[in-house]
Amino acid sequence: MARIVSLAEAVAATIHDGDSVAMEGFTHLIPFAAGHELIRQQRRDLTLVRMTPDVIYDQIIGAGCASRLIFSWGGNPGVGSLHRFRDAVENAWPGPLQLEEHSHAGMANRYAAGAAGLPFAVLRGYGGTGLESLPGLDGQPAVRPIICPFTGERLTAVAALTPDVAVIHAQQADRAGNVQFWGITGVQKEAVLGARRSIVTVEEIVEVLAPRAQAVVLPSWTVDYVAHVPGGAHPSYALGYSQRDNDYYVAWDAISRDRERFLSWLKTDASGGPAAAGLAGATAGEEG
Amino acid sequence: MSPAAVSGADFTADEMMTVCAARALRDGMTCFVGIGLPSAAANLARATHAPELVLIYESGTIGAKPGWLPLSIGDGVLAETADAVVSVPEIFNYWLQPGRIDVGFLGAAQLDRFGNINTTVIGSTYATPKVRLPGAGGAPEIAAFCREVIIIVRQSPRSFVERVDFVTSVGYGTGRGDRERFGLTGAGPRKVITDLGVLEPDHGTGELTLTGVYPGVTPEEARTGTGWDLAVSDGLEVLARPSAAELSALRALQAITPGSGGSR
Repeated sequence: MARIVSLAEAVAATIHDGDSVAMEGFTHLIPFAAGHELIRQQRRDLTLVRMTPDVIYDQIIGAGCASRLIFSWGGNPGVGSLHRFRDAVENAWPGPLQLEEHSHAGMANRYAAGAAGLPFAVLRGYGGTGLESLPGLDGQPAVRPIICPFTGERLTAVAALTPDVAVIHAQQADRAGNVQFWGITGVQKEAVLGARRSIVTVEEIVEVLAPRAQAVVLPSWTVDYVAHVPGGAHPSYALGYSQRDNDYYVAWDAISRDRERFLSWLKTDASGGPAAAGLAGATAGEEG
Repeated sequence: MSPAAVSGADFTADEMMTVCAARALRDGMTCFVGIGLPSAAANLARATHAPELVLIYESGTIGAKPGWLPLSIGDGVLAETADAVVSVPEIFNYWLQPGRIDVGFLGAAQLDRFGNINTTVIGSTYATPKVRLPGAGGAPEIAAFCREVIIIVRQSPRSFVERVDFVTSVGYGTGRGDRERFGLTGAGPRKVITDLGVLEPDHGTGELTLTGVYPGVTPEEARTGTGWDLAVSDGLEVLARPSAAELSALRALQAITPGSGGSR
């Protein structure tokens, strides 16, 4: 049964130095508040897992919490580069960041295998690409050929993802800790079911979880901790509760491009203040 | 960055590229769309000659009908207007992988003679890149399994190279026959739309060949903008400039896009 606790308690109880952590949410429902809490609690040596690292991992990488990243697309959506991610890869700042990279289809299938309790997933894909020969974090091939036992066809195998912790943001939970989210649901269900421990931050705790069209429901017994964090997906959004803050994504480009500006963001916003206020100021300064 | 492709024209190179890409889409097609010019082109086609075009975004939104141009592939308007919203494993496994989708739009940081795409690293060694690019995303499977692919990319000798530094997504590999060897079921790139004109693969070799230029652009300019010895088709075509209707539809889409500072 999920316990309903504060975000700080959930992160302290669940995420430890050296863990592998998957914070998922495909553009929608990205658990930013949990990411900022992880920065405040100064976790170190994490293996971050996420299809689209996005601004959330740019912040965590820049804050020095991560040593390794497993991903498939590391950009600022609709804006450009993730500068903290690039600085880590190109210049080892604030420390080296070891990469394991896949395609989206590869990552999605790896999560699905983790949720299914299988050691690997099979897909068509990777043929002829440079990704096919890249090593995983353990130095061994991350993608391997496999022959279909029925047809003899050559296919591709990717290893299951079973992170220590999955963190997601949802629209609703009830008081028993049952969770419901809808809209673009991404790969969050697979991430939670494949992980050893999980945290779900929610917009709202409701008396009755009314069924929604095309929603994903995670029963209370599949989740460890639920934390009530309204706006916890900002600057991404929660359908029905908030709009994507596109200006934040644009403003992040200038903040993250410069180490000093990033460090001052880290001191002010990530250490407790509302990140939105700092960025709003930054945007105004940028345009003024 | 780049000036208008056509000197003295009342439209920009971006607009010419977007219109050119929109024209390549036929009504009723299913189209896997990325953000930026591809999304603008697909939505322009839907607003003009292809109202039944089915827009599919990798966030799992199938049949999205946004009234404006989304900034990300996961904007709320896509989910709210879609015929169906499916999970990310499902969009790749059930929809893209079996070859259900007619056309995929891709961009590129580097593109080579055989239409292979690099969006991973610039530099000769993967581990210590000169420039770390975002990576693959959905592109390798879009390039592999859409029935055909349209690439939209600005042309320069730095981006149009003899061989890409890293093959993120396969075009024709090292020539015809490679796609079949790699198990890629789609036909591969049908058109490369640049800020100077259009390249198409040679029927025999798969090598990208200049088949069209925008009004006022010479084949020499296109060759100068290419890092390999670009072949020019005997039947080189001068592409029609954007019509008043196309331009006004595109500008109207951009004007109603919330918080848009113009397209990137």
